[in-house]
Amino acid sequence: MAIPISYSIKSLVTRKLTTTLTAGGMALVVFVFAATTMLAEGLEKTLVETGSRQNAVVTRKGAPSEVQSSVTREQASIIESMPGIAAGAQGGRLAAKEIVVLISLTKRGTDKPSNVVIRGISSASAALREQVRLTEGRMPRPGTYEIIAGSSIARRFEGAKRGETLAFATRQWRVVGIFDAGATGFSSEIWGDADSLMQAFRRPVYSSVILKMADPLRFEDIKKAVESDPRLTLEAKRETEFYAEQSKAMSTFLRIMGTSLTVIFSLGAIIGAMITMYSAVANRISEIGTLRALGFHRSSILTAFLAESLITGLIGGTAGLVLASFLQFFTISTLNFQTFSELAFSFELSFWTALKSISVALIMGLAGGLLPALKASRMKIVDALRSV
Amino acid sequence: MPLLIKMLLKNAFRHGLRTGLTIAGMTIAILAFGILTTVVDAWYAGVEASRANRLITRNAISLTFELPLSYYDKIRQVEGATKVSYGNWFGAFYKEERNFFANFAMEAQSHLDIVTELVLRPEERDAYIKDRRGAIAGRKLAERFGWEIGDLVALTGTIFPGDWEFVLRGIYKGRDETVDESIFFFHWDYLNESLRETMPERAGQVGFYIIEIARPELAGAVSKRVDSLFKNSLAETLTETERAFAMSFVTMTEAIMTAIQLVSIVVIVIIMAVTANTMAMSVRERLSEFAALKTLGFNRAHLSFLIFGEAMVITSLGAALGIALTFPAAQLFRSELGQFFPVFNIKPATIYMDIAAAVIVASVSAVIPSYRVAAAPITAALRRIA
Repeated sequence: MAIPISYSIKSLVTRKLTTTLTAGGMALVVFVFAATTMLAEGLEKTLVETGSRQNAVVTRKGAPSEVQSSVTREQASIIESMPGIAAGAQGGRLAAKEIVVLISLTKRGTDKPSNVVIRGISSASAALREQVRLTEGRMPRPGTYEIIAGSSIARRFEGAKRGETLAFATRQWRVVGIFDAGATGFSSEIWGDADSLMQAFRRPVYSSVILKMADPLRFEDIKKAVESDPRLTLEAKRETEFYAEQSKAMSTFLRIMGTSLTVIFSLGAIIGAMITMYSAVANRISEIGTLRALGFHRSSILTAFLAESLITGLIGGTAGLVLASFLQFFTISTLNFQTFSELAFSFELSFWTALKSISVALIMGLAGGLLPALKASRMKIVDALRSV
Repeated sequence: MPLLIKMLLKNAFRHGLRTGLTIAGMTIAILAFGILTTVVDAWYAGVEASRANRLITRNAISLTFELPLSYYDKIRQVEGATKVSYGNWFGAFYKEERNFFANFAMEAQSHLDIVTELVLRPEERDAYIKDRRGAIAGRKLAERFGWEIGDLVALTGTIFPGDWEFVLRGIYKGRDETVDESIFFFHWDYLNESLRETMPERAGQVGFYIIEIARPELAGAVSKRVDSLFKNSLAETLTETERAFAMSFVTMTEAIMTAIQLVSIVVIVIIMAVTANTMAMSVRERLSEFAALKTLGFNRAHLSFLIFGEAMVITSLGAALGIALTFPAAQLFRSELGQFFPVFNIKPATIYMDIAAAVIVASVSAVIPSYRVAAAPITAALRRIA
């Protein structure tokens, strides 16, 4: 025969302060766990969505990012004329020769500089990125010193709003438009005309060639063609993989940090739960004796006390998760170590993260309640009844 | 006084298991707090180690752009600049990509003249300067890969593609513990000569100049003089103090450091909840005892002091244990994660903050129980059976 669950709930309600404090400790642990996991997931999602399954990126062999890569004009033309590239609406080939450099810009309201990606685009660039939408103004005209800024750059950096100008490479660049690329890395970039930028930066080489594959399933053919051509010291990657690799170091760092913090912090919370449950057992010895005398089994007592502890965990876990879910409204902007440039991303709460967070809370409840509940269930009826 | 301490100890340990658990919780919290604070300090280690009498000149566009070597002679003539050196971030790795460490190509003689905190034996220094393919490595870096003087070290370049071979001519030590002992330096000339053969368009380019100035107060004036020399040229410069330069790296990752700092406070709040809970329980069980003390004439202040003292016993024991454990934990951290945190030292400030945390946790957790004791009418409390 089982002890009704309402018994466990009522005992929790009786000790309001203790229950709140115990659950509060657990809530904080769950909050830290959920927050770091959400951050790592937000970062991964942003960089994974930056790439498209249909696109391939060609860079210098071994270059960890586009900034460190160089593709000469001749090499770029060879790539452009390769078979397997999709045709665009106007009949041209969907391949874009781009230059990517880092410039140091100042954040609004501070004097702190940060590295921003500036991408020199060619005519096919916009068509290759379906996520990119112009929200204000127009595209930069080829051959001019006009630029457009990604939405998170326009918001956070001095001089990056439409109509303002940015000074770099001894020239003034006018912002003629703002584009939004949703939760992708492009929202943290500035785009301008590739030829103008190459001239201004005196960099006679491209950084990468992006191409849309006519048949994404035949990526291996393109890869082979690029990597076996002796004139090219380049390599091809799927765009999705290319960007996923750039999130690796940082998201691994966040996950390791999150997990180790959770493990350490949860020890504290488990101890809190254990203290509470031991005292709950100690205060109710005669009650336990009565229950046993009424015919409740040892296992029922064990379950009732475990339930009490698990409910505390559940309350704490839910509170922590609700708290963490508000983080979704925030955007973090920080340096991605791998690309050495600023990247904005948000906390991302997925179903799995929610499930894992609640499990962490339940595990804490279980670990904290197990020993006290065992102690309660092992009491002898006579001894328990005799105690006052 | 001894009687009071005896009483506080007796009261605190009346419930051995509970108190033991609370102390354990406190220990974990202080340990976590100490390590997290040290992690944040380690992040700022570069800023800490920077010297006030040094300036760094780099391309104004961003660090990924270079400056012509021809600037060297012009910068040397700037008034207030006593010594000038230059170099490039090399960005290579040893054997595998995960074996990453800082490596620079530097103009060897002037670099060692300026960066005097790198301590080399005179014969090692001479050997390094004489050998064009020579290199020096920090003590920790050499230990990590088991390098010894005279070894042939091959690095794989990412910014400058290819395999590069060096002969290790010296292992430097830091003059004090703020110096990063995990950097690899070699001759800029060696890099430049190789580039001239393989990639002539990239030769003759310098990543940054280091300028030593006569007095720290001249920093602003000399920076301005250098930058105005190259104003409106193809490669404009940005000169700042070494500290500002190091800081610019750190501020770019500020968001993460702020998060770690916040989290280290969260752990204190968690333990606050746990300790407050312990105190609330032990006071509730002894409410009649406190009522008896009240009838004997002890006032509210006395009782609050007793409760606070008991909480102090628990938190300070936990904190003492936690502080004691922080040192071996930091040692473990250094040996396991030394490549990410080359300088990992516990600062005295961290210990003071640990102690402050213990006092704050004790005070906060004593507030509600003290209030309860004070508010409970004597008769009601005496009648009550815990």
